[in-house]
Amino acid sequence: MSILVVLEGSGSRWHPLSWEALSAGQRLAVESGLPLAAAVIGEAGDAASKQLDHVWTATHPLLAGYTADGYAAAVEQVIQHVKPTLVLFPHTYQVRDFAPKVATRFGQVLASDVIRLRLEDGRPVAVRQLFQGKLTSEVRFSGSGPVFVSIQAGAYRADQSQPGSAAVEAVPITLDPAAIRSRAEEPFREAAGTVDLTAADIIVSVGRGIREKDNIALVEELAQALGGELAASRPICDNGWLPMDRQVGSSGQTVSPKLYVAVGISGAIQHLVGMKGSKTIVAINKDSEAPIFEVADYGIVGDLFEVVPALVAEIRKAKGS
Amino acid sequence: MKIVVAVKQVPARDSQLRLAADGRWIDDSELSFEINEPDAYALEEALQLKEKKGGEVIVLCAGPARAATSIREALAKGADRAIHIEEDKLESVDTLGVARLLAKAIEAEKPDLVLTGLQSDDLGYGQTGVVLGELLGLPHATIVMQVELDEAEVRVKRELEGGWFQYVTMPLPAVLTIQSGINKLRYATLMGIKKAKSKPVQNLSIAQLGGLPVPVAERTRVYLPERSKQTELIPGEPREAAAKLVEKLRFEARVI
Repeated sequence: MSILVVLEGSGSRWHPLSWEALSAGQRLAVESGLPLAAAVIGEAGDAASKQLDHVWTATHPLLAGYTADGYAAAVEQVIQHVKPTLVLFPHTYQVRDFAPKVATRFGQVLASDVIRLRLEDGRPVAVRQLFQGKLTSEVRFSGSGPVFVSIQAGAYRADQSQPGSAAVEAVPITLDPAAIRSRAEEPFREAAGTVDLTAADIIVSVGRGIREKDNIALVEELAQALGGELAASRPICDNGWLPMDRQVGSSGQTVSPKLYVAVGISGAIQHLVGMKGSKTIVAINKDSEAPIFEVADYGIVGDLFEVVPALVAEIRKAKGS
Repeated sequence: MKIVVAVKQVPARDSQLRLAADGRWIDDSELSFEINEPDAYALEEALQLKEKKGGEVIVLCAGPARAATSIREALAKGADRAIHIEEDKLESVDTLGVARLLAKAIEAEKPDLVLTGLQSDDLGYGQTGVVLGELLGLPHATIVMQVELDEAEVRVKRELEGGWFQYVTMPLPAVLTIQSGINKLRYATLMGIKKAKSKPVQNLSIAQLGGLPVPVAERTRVYLPERSKQTELIPGEPREAAAKLVEKLRFEARVI
């Protein structure tokens, strides 16, 4: 039995979640005594100076840029070579694009977005959220292939990944150019965002609870009273009620202001990863079970249409005095 | 252009969830249901592609008898016909199992394009589309924000992390997983609702698709999340709570 962590990035350029997934793997290896290795598509680089038994590298001219077909084939071949019983990934957009394909080839399901992983009688148990964080579940595995798990952002701490030195070894990879069916163009950003939310000390963010575009003025007033920036969760920007550059979350900006006020935001994980590093978090929501209260320091359970105007009045009063 | 859209029926977004007696799923006896939001965007994208290019939109849904209401809704919005894989025990089937059932139904249709939402609001595995691509032997793209169809190819704009995007081109047939917000959802018209009543819905049983798949990833327990942070809930009438909060933000947290 052994654990393999598939890292994203290579050489000196890494996805930060790679080290969180590594940290999850290291913790499990310590608890279980199982050997731990990492897989890298490209050069091992920094991965060789981590506490690992092995770094397996996969290099091939067709892996120079990411494609789901190329990466799935490469990782499949590394797994066949290394024969791990447990394969960990960071839960990144790229992993979401190709890892389920790899798991399917081994007759398995990728347990995605996992928040905790433990062994019971030597068998992995993955803890993951349901209903956007409203409920938690445990998943156990059968089947003959290895167990596949991707680790949620923030579930394990990157700074707890242990340094060391690992033997680097290349896995021979064979790829057929015809098997790579998609052609990717260079990644780009939309017309540069004019709002840099990351620089704001105070952010007031609005979510689905606001119901209508016209109601956003209410929350904007709160942002003004506090001297903060107005931001939003994804559905608000999807609806075109606020521009995309005001979006906080995994597909928008990641912020850590000293005060973050979440108004009518239920707190789907995609939003939480973008703001849970804030110093003080206030949540205003009608649903006391909303996951936003999991990360909030202060909460008011109530109708935002009553609470927000009252809050604006109190802030003005406090600032005027 | 023949497009299959795979949709899932999930509990309505604001549902108050209660655990089932066996502690392995929710008690869904008193909930209302809706089309999984990203799947609704996938359906809308299919309808818009059909309006531009012509062809047929087929809605595919695996779920119990109650899923018929979501299927009718999709037909009322403009889908031409539907396939309902009707089964009560799908909760025990894992993502791979459900994808295998969907793939069998899709294979028989030989579509040019398969669309689905990027993830479900209930289980959130976010992989049915990718697994479908693998099972069907088709190329795929995930988290799609724009679709440009050609005769033999499709070019899509994929969302990457942190505000980055990328165009990817692949041959048809292909599987795309659609991101919420790619388009503006339409409402069903009265005419649409009327027409939907006579549109064909093919019912497929699990037996016709080779039986209930055996799960390899089993959900053995569902529970309420443990709070990792102590949230101070501020009680009282709105004005009273607001005053108390402002006081705390000024003198306790010292952030305003």
